[in-house]
Amino acid sequence: MKNLVDLEKKINSELGTKINSTKIKHNQIYIDIDKEDLIDVTLFFKTNKDTKFKQLIDITVVDYPEESLRFKLVYLFLSHEFNQRAIISYSITENEVIPSLTSIFPSANWMEREVFDMYGVNFKDHPDLRRILTDYGFEGHPLRKDFPLTGHTEVRYSEDKKKVINEPVKLEQNYRNFDYESPWEGTKYIKEQTNNNDKKN
Amino acid sequence: MTKKIKNLNLNFGPQHPAAHGVLRLILELDGEVVEKADPHIGLLHRGTEKLIENKTYMQAVPYFDRLDYVAPMNQEHAFALAIEKIMNLEVPTRAQFIRVMFCEIGRILSHILNVTTQALDVGALTPSLWGFEERETLMTFYERASGSRLHANYFRAGGVHQDLPAGLENDIAKFCETFPKTINDLENLLTDNRIFKQRNVDIGIVTKEDALDYSFSGVMLRGSGVPWDLRKSQPYDCYNQLEFKVPVGKNGDCYDRYLCRIEEMKESVSIIKQCLAKMEKGPVKTYDGKITPPSKKEIKQSMEALIHHFKLFTEGYRVPKDEIYTAVEAPKGEFGVYLISDGSNKPYKCKIRAPGFSHLQSMDYLIKGHMLADVPAVLGSLDIVFGEVDR
Repeated sequence: MKNLVDLEKKINSELGTKINSTKIKHNQIYIDIDKEDLIDVTLFFKTNKDTKFKQLIDITVVDYPEESLRFKLVYLFLSHEFNQRAIISYSITENEVIPSLTSIFPSANWMEREVFDMYGVNFKDHPDLRRILTDYGFEGHPLRKDFPLTGHTEVRYSEDKKKVINEPVKLEQNYRNFDYESPWEGTKYIKEQTNNNDKKN
Repeated sequence: MTKKIKNLNLNFGPQHPAAHGVLRLILELDGEVVEKADPHIGLLHRGTEKLIENKTYMQAVPYFDRLDYVAPMNQEHAFALAIEKIMNLEVPTRAQFIRVMFCEIGRILSHILNVTTQALDVGALTPSLWGFEERETLMTFYERASGSRLHANYFRAGGVHQDLPAGLENDIAKFCETFPKTINDLENLLTDNRIFKQRNVDIGIVTKEDALDYSFSGVMLRGSGVPWDLRKSQPYDCYNQLEFKVPVGKNGDCYDRYLCRIEEMKESVSIIKQCLAKMEKGPVKTYDGKITPPSKKEIKQSMEALIHHFKLFTEGYRVPKDEIYTAVEAPKGEFGVYLISDGSNKPYKCKIRAPGFSHLQSMDYLIKGHMLADVPAVLGSLDIVFGEVDR
């Protein structure tokens, strides 16, 4: 499809019940689906001659700890042929297991490993679900909002044991999170003044 | 008599000069043939995304320099564009040209490093000596504009931090005259070099379909014959006012990718020249007082300006609630920022899409069936920098 509005119509008519909502913003199409339909929708997006989203750009998660559907899974797709970007998303609860895209896009392998590592989301049928970015033997999922910025353990070389050891973080001073938020909303004053100055010059 | 033959597991890295950083690659070898490669990454993981969630938008910019540290400003560009799109900011034309010019300088910086170190990996020393001299000149330009050779922290939402110092434009123009000769010299050493060709031609071949399936972008995609460049297809800033060609490879092997990079450097020089010619005097930041701090002169004269300066550097500006993905054509491929803002002064979520991450993941697919000696050649042509792979 040449433009996003046509694409939106096409998706809604072809996939119908599988799509919860669509939205066009910033020249991208945002699509909300259900977890069960992920494989079907992705296959349609990749193979249909009017969509041809042949590349999976990235997979990521947004964590909303207060909500019951805590994690929002986000898949970014790119269609080279029609020069369009699609963002597919759905929300899950904390312990849900979700389908893996590795059979459709081999590149999903590491992206899903990263999601697993950073958020602790489990994938069904993933060939090799290991941690990827964190250290060997690391515990916890660092990008969750309830994981502290300073972490739980720190690494150092122990002269006694003659090896690298992990131990609880000791900080001379606690991490200080300054909250400067105020009702201040910036100003137009500076803008006007600079504009006036320009006129004078 | 039968002998039992066992495959050999070889640990390549994490401290290996040809690993281009801290890559631990576990190779399973049958004789000298690689059967399986399992890259272990994350040895340079710093939690950039977590840190950005805890910093204001302005404080987050320097983290982008530290991702792909051989072309810092290209990353800042993606972040600045994301904020600008959410806030609907207009960037003054001079700032657009300055940004594009420095992005192209970054592209040259990155490509010189990659081409020459790849030559070094397959046995040629001289190119890196010649190339690094030019990189030094380019980093001086970075320093003169931003005050720092590597971690520039120069781009802001709505423009750049400050205008170029006097004389810099002339010096960049002079560089554009002399640099093509260096590219020619490098080409004389490498392009038709028998050893270089033996080591690179037909090594690490990627087909068009696989390049798409493995989420390749940038030179890795173009080397396989897909004419795709975000600067052309989804132009940002002033790229649509500039003329340049997009070199595309044919065979998708290491040698084609090398040729693409050389051609891209030539195109970058031409883009820099066009930027210099089209650049006019004018503001380099948006006038919007919500984003741009007041000038030093104003602070000295006006109490209000002083307060605003203080508020902008402590509280920072607020970005309205939104969700966006923006990508730029970084030297290594599509570098993207998926930003979720919640109306406060800090990003709620900032996912960084690094091209090197998807490229490195295909290592197993690329190297299977090749000889052990081809590992550095393939790794070199992937153009991996661990700052961005590990984040």
